[in-house]
Amino acid sequence: MERDDIIEYSLEGHHSEEKGKQLRKTIWKVTALLTAITAIEVLMGAYIKQGDNWTWEITKWVFVALTLLKAGFIVLSFMHLGDERKTMRYVILIPYFIFILYLIFILLWEATAVGDLWTNSAV
Amino acid sequence: MAGHASKQIDSKTLWGGKMSPFSTSYGKLMMWFFLVSDALTFGGLLIAYGFTRHDYLGSWPIGEETFNSMPFLGHGFPLLYVALMTFILIISSVTMVLAVEAGHRMDKRGVIKWMIATIVGGFFFVGSQAWEWSHFIHGSEFGKVEIYDGSIATVHGTFGEIENFHVIVAGEHHEAGSDIIAGEHGMTQAEMMHMYQHAVAEGNVVDNVITLHDGSQAEITKMANTDVALYIKETGGEYEMGHHIEGAEAVKFYEDAVNSGDAGRIVYGANLQENEYGPQQYGQFFFFITGFHGFHVFSGVMINILILMGVVRGVYHKRGHYEMVEKTGLYWHFVDLVWVFVFTFFYLV
Repeated sequence: MERDDIIEYSLEGHHSEEKGKQLRKTIWKVTALLTAITAIEVLMGAYIKQGDNWTWEITKWVFVALTLLKAGFIVLSFMHLGDERKTMRYVILIPYFIFILYLIFILLWEATAVGDLWTNSAV
Repeated sequence: MAGHASKQIDSKTLWGGKMSPFSTSYGKLMMWFFLVSDALTFGGLLIAYGFTRHDYLGSWPIGEETFNSMPFLGHGFPLLYVALMTFILIISSVTMVLAVEAGHRMDKRGVIKWMIATIVGGFFFVGSQAWEWSHFIHGSEFGKVEIYDGSIATVHGTFGEIENFHVIVAGEHHEAGSDIIAGEHGMTQAEMMHMYQHAVAEGNVVDNVITLHDGSQAEITKMANTDVALYIKETGGEYEMGHHIEGAEAVKFYEDAVNSGDAGRIVYGANLQENEYGPQQYGQFFFFITGFHGFHVFSGVMINILILMGVVRGVYHKRGHYEMVEKTGLYWHFVDLVWVFVFTFFYLV
C-alpha cells in the first residue's frame, strides 16, 4: 500500500545559481557587519574604564544593544528564521522571550530584596 | 529560503493535516525546540552570573584587566585574545551558512569544502579555549596579594626574573653552598618559578630565604619587580575598594607579603576554591559557563564531522536534499549565538 503520510518538505529547500549568488552576497554583508560590531565592542571594552559614572552606564547599555543586534543577525539571517513562516517564527521567539523576561524579572526582584536586606541589617 | 513561504495556501489546507503548517520538517522543528530550551539554560546561567556579580560590585574582576594576555606575546593586550576567539567562531558560522547554501544548490563539493572549513574553525576555537583555561588556571607571575591591613589586591607590573637559589642549609637533594640555577641538572626557568610560587603560597619564603620541598634552605637572587601596582579588590580597613597603590609603596607591600612566611597571603591562578582574579564564585562561573559552552562547541564539531562523513559518502545527495547539513548548521549557529552573549556578559560588562 502506498503511504500518504510521508511528505518531504525539504525538497522545497532548493534554489538556483543566481539566487545562490545573491544569497552569498547577503552572507558576506552580514559577516562584515558582525565583524565590525565585534571590533567596536572590543575597542570600547579595552578603552572605556569601568566605574560609577555615566560614561560606563551608557557603555553597558550600548554593549547590550550591540549584542542583541548581533544575535538578531545570527538568528534571522544565518539560522534563516527570518525566511521561515511567520507562525513558526512566533512559536520559537514568543515562548523564549516570555521565559527569559520572567527570569530577568526574578533576578531583579531577588537582587533588590537581597540588597535591601544587606544594607538594612546590622553587620 | 527554506519552506515555501511564497506559495499561497489557504488555512484550511494548511492546518487540516497531512502537511506541516510551518512548512518545516519534523527534524528541523525539533532542532529549534531543543535550541530554545538550551538557550534558556544558558540564559539561566548568565542570569545567575549577573546576580552573583552584583552581590560583589567592586570586588568583581574587570574583563580587560583579567584577560589581557596573548600566546607568545605576554601581557598588555586587553580582550584581544577573546576578540580573536569570537572572530574565529563568527567566521566558522559563516562557512557553515555557506555549506548550507551550497547544499540548496546540490553542490556536493561546495558543501564538503565549507564543512571542512567549519570543522577547522571549530577545532581552532576549542584549542583557543584550552589555552585560555590553562592560562586562567596557572595565573600570573604575581598572583593576588593580601597586604598588611588585610586588604586584598590584584597585582600588575613586570615580574623580575629569578636568577638562582643559593643553598645555605643542606636538604635531601641540595648541598650547602651550591646554586640551583636554570639550565643545570635539568632545571628550567619554569620549574624555578614553580618552586618559587609554590613556596610563596605556602608561606615558605621568609626574609628572602626559600625553604624547598627537600628541607634545604636557599637565598633567592632575583631581578627587581618593576612598575608594580596594586588594585584593591577587597578592603581591609586602610584602603578603599578600587584604590590603586603604585610606586615604592606597592613594591614594599607586595614584598612584605611574599616574605611574611604566612601561607595564603599570595594566591596564584585559579581553582574551584580560590582564584587570583576575584571572589570564589568568579572562578566557578568562569569554569562552568565557558566550559559548558566549550562542551557545546566540541559536540558541534563532532556532529559536523559525522554529517561531513555522510556528505562525502553521498548519503544526502542520494536523498535529494541536504537538510541534515541545515540541521547541524542550526546547532552550530546556536553555539556562535551563545558565545555572543557570553562574550558580552562575561568579558565586556
